[in-house]
Amino acid sequence: MSTEATLFDKLWARHEVAELGEGFSLLHVDRHVVPDFNGNAFTHMTRRGLRVRNPELTFSTADHSVSTDPRLPDPLQADNPHLIALREGTRRFGIRLFDLREPGHGIVHVITPEMGIALPGLTVAIGDSHTCTHGAVGALAWGVGQGEIVHILATQTCVQLRPATMRVRLEGTLPAGTSGKDLILFLIGQLGVSAGNGHAVEYAGSAIDALPMEARFTLCNMSVEWGARYGLIAPDETTFSWLHGRPYAPQGSDWDAAVADWKTLRSDPGARFDREVTLDVRDLVPQVTWGNSLDMVAGVDGCIPDPSSEQDSARRHNMHASLTYMGLRPEQSLAGIPVDRVFIGSCTNSRISDLRLAAQIVRGRKVASRVRAWVVPGSELVRRQAEDEGLAQVFVDAGFEWRSPGCSLCLGANGDTLSPGERAISTANRNFAGRQGPGSRTHIAGPALAAATALAGAIADPRDYLP
Amino acid sequence: MNALVTLDGPAAALLQADINTDIIAPLVRGQAGPQPAGIRSDTELAQRLFGPWRYRADGTPDPDFVLNQPPFDRARFLVAGPNFACGSSRETAATMLRAFGIRCVIAPGFGGIFRDNCFRNHMLPIVMDWPTVQELGDAARAGIAFHLDVAEGTLTVAGRPPLHFALPSFRRESLLQGRDEVELTLQRVDAIDAWQKRSRAQRPWEWTSASRTIG
Repeated sequence: MSTEATLFDKLWARHEVAELGEGFSLLHVDRHVVPDFNGNAFTHMTRRGLRVRNPELTFSTADHSVSTDPRLPDPLQADNPHLIALREGTRRFGIRLFDLREPGHGIVHVITPEMGIALPGLTVAIGDSHTCTHGAVGALAWGVGQGEIVHILATQTCVQLRPATMRVRLEGTLPAGTSGKDLILFLIGQLGVSAGNGHAVEYAGSAIDALPMEARFTLCNMSVEWGARYGLIAPDETTFSWLHGRPYAPQGSDWDAAVADWKTLRSDPGARFDREVTLDVRDLVPQVTWGNSLDMVAGVDGCIPDPSSEQDSARRHNMHASLTYMGLRPEQSLAGIPVDRVFIGSCTNSRISDLRLAAQIVRGRKVASRVRAWVVPGSELVRRQAEDEGLAQVFVDAGFEWRSPGCSLCLGANGDTLSPGERAISTANRNFAGRQGPGSRTHIAGPALAAATALAGAIADPRDYLP
Repeated sequence: MNALVTLDGPAAALLQADINTDIIAPLVRGQAGPQPAGIRSDTELAQRLFGPWRYRADGTPDPDFVLNQPPFDRARFLVAGPNFACGSSRETAATMLRAFGIRCVIAPGFGGIFRDNCFRNHMLPIVMDWPTVQELGDAARAGIAFHLDVAEGTLTVAGRPPLHFALPSFRRESLLQGRDEVELTLQRVDAIDAWQKRSRAQRPWEWTSASRTIG
């Protein structure tokens, strides 16, 4: 039997507390973060008389339910019932809560790496499907439902079925005007929304090696959108530099010991994956979705396909339904479709590098008069840094609304919402029907395309706006 | 009653591909503040199931949607399409189905988090190949009752030979006994203690870095 192991194999083996048979293992959870939509978990803990086993490994923040309106009379939103439950529960169980306005507050998948809570070699479980984001640092990270949160709080473990392994090699230098978001949208368009089901995916290849850290978060964030519950990138010097000095990262001699261990966290040269895919991304074009499934995506210089040329009848049905819902036509050009709203934000694209990219495009220009455009920074620290760098002023001068951190328009269930029929470009991760509000029409894209679209008042190619 | 030993009743069929969790378990959207907090009653959960497809714009039930049509308004089974319940981790995708009365879902494939959420709520997701699922869909639409036997590992549609499905013994026992997963895991506390002790010794930075204040 080969002793060559994949990165996934190494992480799984390290964290197995018990084997339960037939592929199931009880895994230790090294880091657990509780976002505000899961405040009920604390109620269940109290009702059942359970204690939190390791409060020092548990953190919390408020993101899904909060308003991002920067002009609220009560910036701490004391009347929000989710926050009441979260503040009470974290206090009762001795859990660190990164509350509104504090450094460390923000969208859970932005603050968890930002704070150095997610580190290479750790397991991270969070009650949100985009937990796969943290695989970008070489952590084994997965999303769970609320019932599992109670289990993790009480036992610091989680039962998981060992998945198959897949490696996706992305080869080539990313062309100017494209980013991590275009990379993952392109991948999903090529492979389909269920290709990763039952797999842990490792992203590798020259495009990954050259990818900046925050773009890696964007890429891994959307692993779940093509069925992969775990999405991993082996840690390297890019990872170590980005993590160094973060509040919960190791320090001093601990740091040196940690890095020595982290350098072993990669797939052995001879390791076998159950499936291997290679994609050439040299000719990547900025991507934008047109339908209600993320594989309904194309280059911004392209057209919506004709559903009647789709062989698979289930997919054809869904394409027709999407075009009806989205008010679009087969073979319609994507560029030039008028939009009403632009949302730059979410756990996918709200980090400082995303804001710098958008600011570069809008600097000295104006948002089209028909468009209402928002920028929602992913965390309190991102907000402050963006303000210090003058990016916030660039957005405001251009006519964007500069908001407070939170999940905001990604999910339309916190007061930030689109009106029925409004068409939006969103840098979030889901274009499902009604996602941003009943009757809302969502196109997913990266921050550069979103910024260009805000200026044009219609879906636009960001490459036309670069120097 | 948490144990799932047998299940009998009508099956509803929804065979579209990629039915996502926003359709199955919609959040309360489009209002001025956050969606309601707190633990919801089964009545409310059952009512909200499949909201975007089940109700018309004016809030009245759409008579063309399967779960609004007898006998499927008392469905115990759901026959679903490929990649059923892709999307969010929200547990309500499972608990709303259960509150409605559905405790067994058969599909060619599921969103992975949904599949785990089903087992946690003492529901059974069964993977079967697409041709079989389509035949089950035909039987469901004809109003033929389904019968599930968890111990035997069989799904029987009246008048046909039983279909066998694979179920790991650890999952089967959990369903048959209706036992709570937290209680089961707490029986392994010695193993958890031992793992943590080893981890602290081998990789102390993973533990010391966890208690830090931000400057």
